[in-house]
Amino acid sequence: MADEPLVLTKREGKSFKDIVMEKLPDGGNLNACLTCGTCAAGCPATGLAGMDPRKVVRMAALGMDEELKKTPWAWFCSMCTRCVHACPMNVNIPQLVYNMRASWPRDQRPRGILRSCDAALSTDTCSAMGAREEDFEFIVNDVLEGVREQPGFENIQAPIDKQGAYFFLNQNSREPVNEPEEMIPLWKIMHLVGADWTYGSKGWAAENYCMFLADDDAWKHITEVSIRKAEELGCKVFLNTE
Amino acid sequence: MQSIFTWYAKWIREGKLKVNSDWNKNLKIKFTVQDPCNIIRKSFGDACAQDLRFVVKSCVGEENFVDMAPNMSNNYCCGGGGGFLQSGYTEERLAYGQKKLDQIVATGADYCIAPCHNCHSQIHELAEHAPKHWGTVHLWTIICLSLGVLCRNERTYLHDDLKEVNIPEWDETEFLV
Repeated sequence: MADEPLVLTKREGKSFKDIVMEKLPDGGNLNACLTCGTCAAGCPATGLAGMDPRKVVRMAALGMDEELKKTPWAWFCSMCTRCVHACPMNVNIPQLVYNMRASWPRDQRPRGILRSCDAALSTDTCSAMGAREEDFEFIVNDVLEGVREQPGFENIQAPIDKQGAYFFLNQNSREPVNEPEEMIPLWKIMHLVGADWTYGSKGWAAENYCMFLADDDAWKHITEVSIRKAEELGCKVFLNTE
Repeated sequence: MQSIFTWYAKWIREGKLKVNSDWNKNLKIKFTVQDPCNIIRKSFGDACAQDLRFVVKSCVGEENFVDMAPNMSNNYCCGGGGGFLQSGYTEERLAYGQKKLDQIVATGADYCIAPCHNCHSQIHELAEHAPKHWGTVHLWTIICLSLGVLCRNERTYLHDDLKEVNIPEWDETEFLV
């Protein structure tokens, strides 16, 4: 923070806070902060880059827009919402942070998050690791074949695009891509309870890095592909497996 | 949109999922659980957190479950969320995770069950920086262990203390290296 006193000058047009408030229900209560510090006291990101949630809200109130838009703290807050859960005035700090992220030029946002989002946009599986429909189908069937050799699991299923299944399951990409054997216990549970379930060839990936990237159109697309597939298959319950 | 935690709990209550904690009666291996922010605080709330605890206790034994403090909707984020894992800010991510590390160490647990993949990756990495390297496991691993259907090749995240516990008698698979 600056050692020099901050001189507030009359602003032309809307402040960053004004713009964010227009997007949020009840303006995110961004004018309601009591400066009590409950948010900062319980935030694991307090102190990183010299910032904390209260400072973010105060900086927004003071119109320190340029500082807000460039602090890397936007990426150190995980938007976990514990601050707003604890806040007596329900100040929506995580949405303020989301909009700080969104104010970064897209190509300057953290490369790992950007790449994960772009990978998900490159295939209708929505996998942030870029796993394609045929990759997923191959690995699921390959692993399934092995499980069927186990007594009691000769008829175990892991269907993809089963029309009319009750449950639509998602699956984090790291399982099929990095540790496929971790899918087996889940399938065994579904088998033992006799659940009628399916994956979708499209939209099976559980992660949505476009949301973390603060790319509204992209994260909406990812979510829609997944939900539309579940609807198309006539599934009753979208079951989040993590 | 529903959480599988609630269904696991329902299936156990209905007797469809016959989990049993006898395997841990004498071993007394201690478990804690991470409440994933996106599932508990941000989506399904404390009712789902209670279901999660019911499932864990049914699998490991009530006396072998140690909760973190604070917990449920008031729990701390592990530091893997919001894209942090992929952001490249490793030093800051681990500094953020120190709170979670201290919380887990304070439970004295041998294992932390992390039922969300982001949490799993972060908490698994945090363990390397802890005085005692706890194990970090998916929830389904512990359910299948307590059902007696968890094969050796499905035990990647279990430590030596659980590599040979409650192995199905027909299991001829080998540990994955």
